[in-house]
Amino acid sequence: MSKQKYTLFIGCTISVRGLNYELSARKVAEKLGIEFVDIQEFSCCGFPLSSIHHNSAVAIAARNLALANAKNLDIITLCSACTGYLTEVKKLLENKTNSKLLKDVNTKLKDLGYKYEKGVKIKHFARFLYEDIGVEKIKEHIKEPLTGIKVAPHYGCHYIKPSEIFDGFDNPIHPQSLDRLIDVTGATPVHYRDKLQCCGGGILAVNEETSVKMVKEKLDHIKDANADAMTLICPFCSIMYDEFQPTVETTFETEYKIPVLYYPQLLGLAFGLDPKKDLAVRKNQVKVQPLLEKIENLRGGNV
Amino acid sequence: MTEKKSPSIKKSINMKDLDTNFKYEVAKEHGGEHIKRCFACGTCTTICPVFSVNNKYNPRKIIRMILLGLKDEVLNSDFIWLCSGCYSCYELCPRDVKITHLMNAIRNIAVREGHIPKPMEAGVDLLEKYGRLLEVSEFENTLREKKGIPKLNLTIPDVKKVLKKTEIHKLIKKSEKDE
Repeated sequence: MSKQKYTLFIGCTISVRGLNYELSARKVAEKLGIEFVDIQEFSCCGFPLSSIHHNSAVAIAARNLALANAKNLDIITLCSACTGYLTEVKKLLENKTNSKLLKDVNTKLKDLGYKYEKGVKIKHFARFLYEDIGVEKIKEHIKEPLTGIKVAPHYGCHYIKPSEIFDGFDNPIHPQSLDRLIDVTGATPVHYRDKLQCCGGGILAVNEETSVKMVKEKLDHIKDANADAMTLICPFCSIMYDEFQPTVETTFETEYKIPVLYYPQLLGLAFGLDPKKDLAVRKNQVKVQPLLEKIENLRGGNV
Repeated sequence: MTEKKSPSIKKSINMKDLDTNFKYEVAKEHGGEHIKRCFACGTCTTICPVFSVNNKYNPRKIIRMILLGLKDEVLNSDFIWLCSGCYSCYELCPRDVKITHLMNAIRNIAVREGHIPKPMEAGVDLLEKYGRLLEVSEFENTLREKKGIPKLNLTIPDVKKVLKKTEIHKLIKKSEKDE
């Protein structure tokens, strides 16, 4: 993406449950000279409707894309499900064999004053950092490297899959982008079993028991790898591993206490941003304070 | 000798109960186009993170059931709603069945036939009311203001207008068992 300004697409979950993610992303972006223009009329991306009524979901996504396109802005997303769905609908509507669908969507949107026109680009913030800003440029901003901290990356699903819609920016079986982004903070990315395991958030509403079991498996593997923290890039994954971590601990009579940081929070710490004021770490369910103390202690030891 | 009976597995299938047209119906639905490619290798089920903790969700079996024509069993089931949408099978399927999209195709048909889980229906209502799956209140905006980030519109009324155009409510028939 080559424009200077971007619009930030927040989606449903971050609007209400991810202030820590949004705030830290905005602060990190500011440091890197990325300008966000907010579009107040953005709604849900449409993804939650895709399993109920395809045409409704496409129309909702198309409206959001049309809003960005009308302002000639590319979209940066924070939620992986929004990323995947907006990208999928873009590809669908811009595929020449689907001209009937495009016509149909635009007929419906016309009365509301919208028109889908090809061109708008969508990128997840992490992908944008990795591809467009690049680790070398990010490195220039690292003021307080997180040396000695072991961080387990959670890629989640819709950030890289289905890979056919993401132009091969990362490998869907052995992804590297988030590992490299952890590496640049000075922390060590740790490998763990079933690293690409899904958080289960997609079925939380219909079967909590199953999704909680899925969360347990991942937390067990991360614990086995002796990670100091976990980092992720999707609000639903965060709900599962951060908000639900105490539930899993109670249900299975176990203990993890694994802090779960959104990647911009982790990067923000390395940028020297204020953990509370700029990165809102107190909004994280699992206490981040012990991790901050460990970082401090390790720094003290280095002096 | 007594045999243990598993309630979920039928010992025999009566040919009369099969809807052999079902697979064509699925193949016509967006996302279901590749269903007939499946050669039952089981890669999907092996890789499935849901199956690993809950064997009620077995994508290979669901596809077989569709190809056989067990329409009612599939559309009435809870298990079609257990796919977490992770795309693991989608990436690895050697026949490119596009299973994640196939599951959505089956769910779309199920909804039209009157089977929609309560939480999903509630989601549609929330989207119409707020334009988001969650309600943004003044509380969130006060916090945002404090942190110096732009306020959000509390509702996005256009979503309801779009959904009126797409006639989503005509499709969501109330199923008898939910009433």
